[in-house]
Amino acid sequence: MTARLSNAHRLSRMSAPNSSFDPKEVSALSAESISNAVEAAVAAIASACDLEELKAVRLAHAGDRSPLALANREIGALPPAAKAEAGKRVGEARGAVKTALDGRTVELEIARDQRVLLEEAVDVTLSYDRRPVGARHPLTTIQERIADVFTAMGWEVAEGPEVETEWFTFDALNIPPDHPARTMQDTFFVGTENSGVVLRTHTSPVQIRTMLDRTPPIYVICPGRVFRTDELDATHTPVFHQVEGLVVDEGITMAHLKGTLDHFATAMFGPEARTRLRPSYFPFTEPSAELDLWFPGAKGGPRWIEWGGCGMVNPRVLRACGIDTERYSGFAFGMGIERTLMFRHDVTDMRDMVEGDVRFTSAFGVDL
Amino acid sequence: MRAPVSWVREYADLPADVDGESLAAALVRAGLEVESVEVMGAEVTGPVVVGFVRSIEELTEFKKPIRWCQVEVGAEHGHPDTLGLRGIICGARNFVEGDLVAIALPGTVLPGDFRIASRETYGHVSDGMICSARELGLGDEHDGIIVLPPNSAAVGSDAKPLLGIGDEVLDIAVTPDRGYALSIRGIAREAATAFGVTFRDPGLELVELPAPEAGSEPHPCGSDDLDACDLFTLRTIVDFDPHAPTPLWMSSRLVAAGMRSVSLAVDITNYVMLETGQPLHAFDLGKLRGPVRPRPAVAGEILETLDHVARTLSTDDLVISDDTGAIGLAGVMGGLTSEIDDESTAIALEAAHFESTKIARVCRRHKSSSEASRRYERGVDRVLAPYASARATALLLQLGGGRYLGMTAVEAAHESVAIALPVDLPGRTGGLPVASETVVAHLRSVGCVVDGSTDLLAVTPPTWRPDLTDPADLVEEVLRLIGYDAIPSELPVAPAGFGLTDAQRDRTRVGRALAGAGFTEVLSYPFVGQAELDALGLPSDDVRRELLLLANPLSDEQPGMRSTLLPGLVAAARRNVGRGSNDLALFEIGAVIALKPGQLPRGIEDPPRPPVTGRPSEADLKALVSLLPDESRHVAVLLCGNRDRQGWWGSATAASWADAIEAMQSAARAVNRVLEVRAGSAPMPWHPGRCAELVLDGVVVGHAGELHPRACESAGLPPRSAAAEIDLDALLAEAFRVVPAPAVGTQPLAKEDLALVVDAVVSASEVAQALRDGAGDLVESVRLFDVYEGPQVGEGKRSLAFTLRLRAPDRTLSAEELAAAREGAVSEAARRVGAVLR
Repeated sequence: MTARLSNAHRLSRMSAPNSSFDPKEVSALSAESISNAVEAAVAAIASACDLEELKAVRLAHAGDRSPLALANREIGALPPAAKAEAGKRVGEARGAVKTALDGRTVELEIARDQRVLLEEAVDVTLSYDRRPVGARHPLTTIQERIADVFTAMGWEVAEGPEVETEWFTFDALNIPPDHPARTMQDTFFVGTENSGVVLRTHTSPVQIRTMLDRTPPIYVICPGRVFRTDELDATHTPVFHQVEGLVVDEGITMAHLKGTLDHFATAMFGPEARTRLRPSYFPFTEPSAELDLWFPGAKGGPRWIEWGGCGMVNPRVLRACGIDTERYSGFAFGMGIERTLMFRHDVTDMRDMVEGDVRFTSAFGVDL
Repeated sequence: MRAPVSWVREYADLPADVDGESLAAALVRAGLEVESVEVMGAEVTGPVVVGFVRSIEELTEFKKPIRWCQVEVGAEHGHPDTLGLRGIICGARNFVEGDLVAIALPGTVLPGDFRIASRETYGHVSDGMICSARELGLGDEHDGIIVLPPNSAAVGSDAKPLLGIGDEVLDIAVTPDRGYALSIRGIAREAATAFGVTFRDPGLELVELPAPEAGSEPHPCGSDDLDACDLFTLRTIVDFDPHAPTPLWMSSRLVAAGMRSVSLAVDITNYVMLETGQPLHAFDLGKLRGPVRPRPAVAGEILETLDHVARTLSTDDLVISDDTGAIGLAGVMGGLTSEIDDESTAIALEAAHFESTKIARVCRRHKSSSEASRRYERGVDRVLAPYASARATALLLQLGGGRYLGMTAVEAAHESVAIALPVDLPGRTGGLPVASETVVAHLRSVGCVVDGSTDLLAVTPPTWRPDLTDPADLVEEVLRLIGYDAIPSELPVAPAGFGLTDAQRDRTRVGRALAGAGFTEVLSYPFVGQAELDALGLPSDDVRRELLLLANPLSDEQPGMRSTLLPGLVAAARRNVGRGSNDLALFEIGAVIALKPGQLPRGIEDPPRPPVTGRPSEADLKALVSLLPDESRHVAVLLCGNRDRQGWWGSATAASWADAIEAMQSAARAVNRVLEVRAGSAPMPWHPGRCAELVLDGVVVGHAGELHPRACESAGLPPRSAAAEIDLDALLAEAFRVVPAPAVGTQPLAKEDLALVVDAVVSASEVAQALRDGAGDLVESVRLFDVYEGPQVGEGKRSLAFTLRLRAPDRTLSAEELAAAREGAVSEAARRVGAVLR
């Protein structure tokens, strides 16, 4: 406002010396008419309600046929001495109109945006479950997590067939022909009971294959599917998963076994977890131990739970694989994946892991 | 093995403050698996006292005979006015006036919250109860009330200790190597070692028996199989009182140990077996004909055992025989013809040592096991038999009267072998310092004889530890007695590894890609039957019907190993639909089995079985592996219902053949492979017009598409279900592989849209390939963007619209070059598939 008033003041002061010109020819350049044109323009600009109206106002007051544009053209008709002053006067007037237009444009654009964006608002809480996400089975992903723990230590993951020879499954593991595990009460035999082929009852045959295929040092885990002739119920399944670990190297002791198990326990069950060994018996390890886990997150409070079995690889097993028992010793351990999943995630019924109900699996997402 | 603590205490001087729980904890540390600690009659509260039956009045006016008894229970327990006499109603009939019985007085609570009170019944006020064993929670015996032996206790005294009430019993699961723990003897030894107290061995103290009268002849015995039975003894007892009762201390221990009291002679054999671990068998001497001898059974021979099962024997069986034939299945169960009974006054008592694997095999063959066989299978003390039978004979004479006529026996030569043990091996194995003296002391405490130099010990295991054969076995003994808790925790450092193999990593990628595409993983059982393959409509000569069969499948409906993943996915889909999940996208990654060419579904008999004393030869290993079928990993998907749901955004999109193909393509893309989609053969279960061959490097690795309507119907799937299955191993087969980086051109892109009319049977992929090949090197991509069928292109024709994106690496393409590329593409399509530019 101040700018406009001061301009008007200057215009009126400066118009006086031009009174000698032909009023008809230059009436549009009079200080008064220019001042009027600016005032009319500013008023019109201020009263434009939207950008559409402002566009018309712009045409009327700043367009080619607007009074100020016409006045500008008349400057050329003035005597050279008057041109400069008139040009300055008209230029300042047009500048004032442009400023007013620009200001109003910004105001109206903001107003328009506010209105339009408000109109475009949506309910962002509308659920968008057009294509539900998939999931991987927790038995798969927990095995991958276990593999991560061990590969981070430089171990590798060994695998073998699910249909396996009895020799790899039992004989080489110091499980003699009359061992109770080798009856049809426990083992699925392929073909006949004398075919020499079974569904592996543990992943230990993979240990045998590894020891036959590689030379120490050996640091592997063997995760995989195994089979025993149990009927499916809340706590048993004839098809389940195990992970076993095997180390064969110089100077390997039970302390290394304990250290590995403690590390594994912490990686899976948190920093408070630890393990405990109890003497036990397995044909393929000597000394052998039951493995208990101190599970800090157990429902109903921390407690010891049975997790698996372990021990020092029986030298008879090493010998069956052609490994020099004078030079090398080893340890092995194994635990059920279902069992691990059951207490880690509080799964209460084995059947949930077997039946493939998508509601169960979905809860675990793509990775554990 | 159930071990009453009081029985263990007889042979181990345990400190008085040791209770069942602390004993259990010590045994667990020593390697015995104690499953529970139970208190006998734990639920009995209140007074149970010894009563004297003064008189019995038979009440006959009721439906069943009832007795109205006057029982002395001691002045302090009786009513003041009856001077210790109480009237009690009783339905049992196995007692007489003058017997001592157990009385639950009013105020007592018996198991099952059975509250005893004075109450009016059968016309009298019954002032307590005369108890049976079952009522007191002491077993299943409910044939009558407990009658205590005459003069065994003062009238009115507490009957609980007499009945074993309050005694703690450990239930111990015995691992296959610890046969000696199937006895009080073995458990007491472990307990004594654990607490560092004295152990008295009930096994090897030979009870002194009365010298047989001059000229008396014990029943003869022999052995025809000294390999399977290297020690056989028979003691003869005559003039035994078959009606002599089993004393309460013995029957209550038998009950606590989980056995039934049968008759004195049988109870004594069981009692001594529980105590020493030596199985014993009592024959009725009067029923024996000729010498008793173990021998291999004759094929086809029939033996009826005590459980009334007539068993047909084979030459693999070992029997006890006399002149009449087989009279017992050695080490497992006696025969009916020589069973002792209520009238047996002469007894031949067998105690023997049988080879453990022999007995295990016999049990397996006959699917039968017994208290005796459980012990023989795990190994019985090699020399124990005569000691245990002496103890049993002494009890027979003491409790049942009779005369001892002596023992006959046969025994094979036997040598004990010393194990060479480097004295530092336990420490080196355990990873902790173990002093030589500690090694020696612990080995001696388990009964070993230890000799030898300071560096190398010569260790002879005791006869009751046949499981100790290797240095490693001795190491375990030392370490377990030190305690596994003493073993430090130390992480071994592995050499640098290579992480997962490419194939392992790629399997994870495939799974993640499918899950990301909306599929949910299932892990089906791998068992399958022909009915499921029938439902999928597989032709009878389909290779997937050649199943590897199991000898003992869980279900006869599913006797084989899966040759395809589809049946498992079908079952999972049906289960989910049944539970209300109708829109399904499932996937599975798993092993499938195919028979090798010429392989029989039932394998071969007499497979190779190389020795395990050293690494098998390469030929042996090859022979072993040749027994196995082909096992490969597949990935499969199954879709039904809607792929995209209906919602505020619009309508649903039904899952289709295209989703199944896309799934496999995403799986391949996840491992940087590209599957070619080809119209081709579509065997069942596929819809013949809506199934693609998936091709990798020119080889068909699987199929994808809609399932045949008949297959959907018979398999119980929703109509228009779609599926795919490929050989995942083929997708991952390439060994080391890197993706070559593309050259990314920065020159301007030129686009050409072409609509080509072709016969409807011409596949879009063929047209696309022709365009690609015909347009030359400038083609960056060819993409189908529209398909039109209708009157404008004519019957049997369709229009396929493609966008060709063209770019040169070094220049802007000229109009002439574009025209040439376009012309080349169109003419190649015309040449190959008769395409006409629309």
